[in-house]
Amino acid sequence: MSDVSYRELTVQGLWKNNPGLVQILGMCPMMAISNTVVNAMGLALATILTMVVSNGLASAIRHWVRPEVRLPVFVMVVASVVTVIELLMNAYLNTLYHVLGIFLPLIVTNCIVIARVEGFAARNRVLPALYDGLMMGLGFGLVLVCLGIIREILGFGTLLANAQQLFGPVAANWTLHILPEQAHFLLAILPPGAFMALAVLIAAKQGFEQRRAAQLAQKSQSHAVPSLASVQ
Amino acid sequence: MKFPTQTAPLPEAQNSVRRVMLIVLLALLPGTLVAIALLGWGVLINVMLAIIAGLLSEALMLKIRARPVRPAVFDGSVIVLAWIFALCLPNLGPWWLPVFGAIFAVVVAKQLYGGLGFNLFNPAMVGYVVLLISFPEPMTRWGPAIDVGGNALNFMQSLAWSFNGVLPSGVGYDGLSVATPLDHVREQITAGATIHNVTASLFHTGHVLQSWNVWLGLAFLAGGLLMLWRGVIRWHIPVAVITGVLVMSGFLWLLDSAKHASPLFHLLTGATIFGAFFVATDPVTASTTPRGRLIFGFGIGVLTVLIRSFGSYPDGVAFAVLLMNLCVPLIDYYTQPKVFGHKRGNVKQGGLN
Repeated sequence: MSDVSYRELTVQGLWKNNPGLVQILGMCPMMAISNTVVNAMGLALATILTMVVSNGLASAIRHWVRPEVRLPVFVMVVASVVTVIELLMNAYLNTLYHVLGIFLPLIVTNCIVIARVEGFAARNRVLPALYDGLMMGLGFGLVLVCLGIIREILGFGTLLANAQQLFGPVAANWTLHILPEQAHFLLAILPPGAFMALAVLIAAKQGFEQRRAAQLAQKSQSHAVPSLASVQ
Repeated sequence: MKFPTQTAPLPEAQNSVRRVMLIVLLALLPGTLVAIALLGWGVLINVMLAIIAGLLSEALMLKIRARPVRPAVFDGSVIVLAWIFALCLPNLGPWWLPVFGAIFAVVVAKQLYGGLGFNLFNPAMVGYVVLLISFPEPMTRWGPAIDVGGNALNFMQSLAWSFNGVLPSGVGYDGLSVATPLDHVREQITAGATIHNVTASLFHTGHVLQSWNVWLGLAFLAGGLLMLWRGVIRWHIPVAVITGVLVMSGFLWLLDSAKHASPLFHLLTGATIFGAFFVATDPVTASTTPRGRLIFGFGIGVLTVLIRSFGSYPDGVAFAVLLMNLCVPLIDYYTQPKVFGHKRGNVKQGGLN
């Protein structure tokens, strides 16, 4: 399969086959860690890095892995990558490491990682595999950050609180205060809020696509011969 | 709106949605009047704000969903929903509590599930629980109509307090607000007092609160009996809820009467009677079979007492109703009555088979 189009990979990862909104994979970290933007960004970066590196490694060794044992081998690869990333974050982003807690090592069990390794990297060359990991990771990360934005504004009334955990001491005063203390909607930062916010995002995406499909159909119809529907 | 019977026998339906809702509103009246007398104009302001917000959001959602607006808005179901919801709210709360809660109840809990008849959870209780979880501090602003110094807020002063947080000079917020009986008992028990001392202090200090819940309960009981008499609700659910409360609280009381309040206290405080007659009997979200109604109501009663005694919130009626709403499909499935001429069990096939 050498005819992989990078454009198609981009569209698939970011929109058409988005891990968060369409495949609905990796829900557990998505719900748990999206309560603030900075947490969401931290987990998104870790996930993107994991997906790129493990996709690349899996693609590089794909000729030597027998199909009978491919899953254990791939899991080992992903687990090693996650361990490395976890240790790196412990060393350089220590506070964020403690905030993300168990969800950092749990990236190993994030279905989207093994799904892309198994479903794409194991059958494609290294470069497209790397790119696919990046795009799928970005798709996941963008949804995570969107959820983080919605939930942090509604629940804490702030944006980019504790940014120094991710961006260093320069970011200590990046926090934007948007809502007054009294109007904090606590439900948004509790688990039900995560489900509702994600549902709203999914509904918005589907609504947008339906509307666009209807517009396209109308446009093509006005050029073509009148169909049965327009006669009625 | 009347739903014609599709199959024989074909007697004409006696109750339209509108007539049922009118009777429920009439039944709510005595309780609401007592609440206004005991708790002040804040109750009325809450009810009005909730009804306005509920009707507007219902009309807006129906418009967006391209459904007929007129029949659904004028059948009274939203008014009943908003009214029941508003009666749960603290009388000294700010204006946005009833508005936000009513919008959430109508938009999320009712319309997003498909509108009247399709909602899985009791919308009034969803609105209340969302407020309770999200805004814990404003949701504790309870107080009698007349404060310790003998002051009472009139209607305009209540409006000013609700919208601007302004009290007339000479009246302090601390003088107005007090802990509800269930709150009081919970605090004292966690502080190590025995239930005997706590209830004694509650009922003998001449506190206004000592009787507010009892009178409210009796007024709602009168309304509930009216609904029973007119055939709007059936006896199963209220009786089962009250039995559940009495059985569970009686059991705990017999186990350790120093730590747990008496069954009578549980029956007459909080939202027990109101919940049993007005909340649990919601025809959409309650169980529909006779035996199922008994199980549904009993579960609400038991859960209410358990949440009051061991949970982190003072009253548990709303949570109990929502939890039992979840169980309704299962209860209905296993309690289908026998069809005449069939053996029990034959009717259970269906669904995915």
